Amino acid sequence: MAERYTHTAILLHWLIALLIFTAFPLGVYMHELPFSPDKLRLYSWHKWIGVSLFLLAIVRLTWRTTHRPPALPDAMANWEKLAAHAVHFSLYVLIIIIPLSGWLMSSAKGVQTVWLGVLPLPDLLNKNKELGDLLKEVHEILNFMMLGLILAHVGAALKHHFIERDNILSRMLPMLRKKS
Amino acid sequence: MKHWLLPVLLLCFSSATAEEFNTLRPQQSNVTFVSKQMGVPVAGSFNKFSADISVNPAKPETGSARVSIDLNSMDAGSAEANEELGGRSWFNSKQHPVARFVSSRVTRLGDERYEALGNMTIKGKTLPVKAPFTLKRVGGAVVVDGAFAIKRLDYGIGTGIWADTSVVADEVKITFHFTVGKPR
Repeated sequence: MAERYTHTAILLHWLIALLIFTAFPLGVYMHELPFSPDKLRLYSWHKWIGVSLFLLAIVRLTWRTTHRPPALPDAMANWEKLAAHAVHFSLYVLIIIIPLSGWLMSSAKGVQTVWLGVLPLPDLLNKNKELGDLLKEVHEILNFMMLGLILAHVGAALKHHFIERDNILSRMLPMLRKKS
Repeated sequence: MKHWLLPVLLLCFSSATAEEFNTLRPQQSNVTFVSKQMGVPVAGSFNKFSADISVNPAKPETGSARVSIDLNSMDAGSAEANEELGGRSWFNSKQHPVARFVSSRVTRLGDERYEALGNMTIKGKTLPVKAPFTLKRVGGAVVVDGAFAIKRLDYGIGTGIWADTSVVADEVKITFHFTVGKPR
């Protein structure tokens, strides 16, 4: 049985993690800013990161359906395994629908998303202020749901590594295996 | 002179100018613009404007236009943008509430295509512009459709931190659609 994720899965995991850890604080910070060139710039960067994340998430999900991840350790209780699968499944769903909700919000607010300032994405919705405000709420709620899940995800990974001392973290971070 | 001659003469005279269209139909007219922010085209419109347009479809070269745009009626797409645009670094619309275009000459470019040369005044600055347009008879009116671009920085629109054209592009495209009828 495989001891670790494939190189591709590992790369996609950490790349997506990096983009989430960039886009999330950016999103929290930028929307409080007074209207300014910096604000417009940061909004665009946030959207570019979101589109990139969406594309990587699609690649990742495709990869996941064709490459079975290593099994969870036998020592884990059934409820723990269930919880792990539930969190993973939810995170997969969120990395798809959060960028999607941002894209739809942008359309509803009447601002097209143009990836990297070059590639225009189609507006899937017409301008509609009420819908835009609603999608903003949805985008925000989904993000804070993701924040909660990420805390659980990271907390569990650290608990497995430092307390259970099993291979859970090292199968997604093989460099740890060499050290121990 | 017979007493009926004057009305007849007047009638002849008015029929000579019957082809003159000079009454704007505001409900069937609009002035919009597109600016680019971070490469994203953002549409806006001016909800209040007036236009003294006089055009004879048989002789469009004799036409003239004077368009006044109420800058406080500008909708740039979002509430915070609208508020910002009234400010000093943008339109300073308290001091300069109106943008004005006054034509000086109309030339023919081709079939139904013309160009109005004129002066555009925004924020106290007057610069020459060329506005190509088409002229069409639609029902009992004449429809004038055209577009041209201005450079916002030429007029001092968006100064200071906003002068950075990598965020808001210098070029702004203005599109106009005027339906001009006969006096009722």
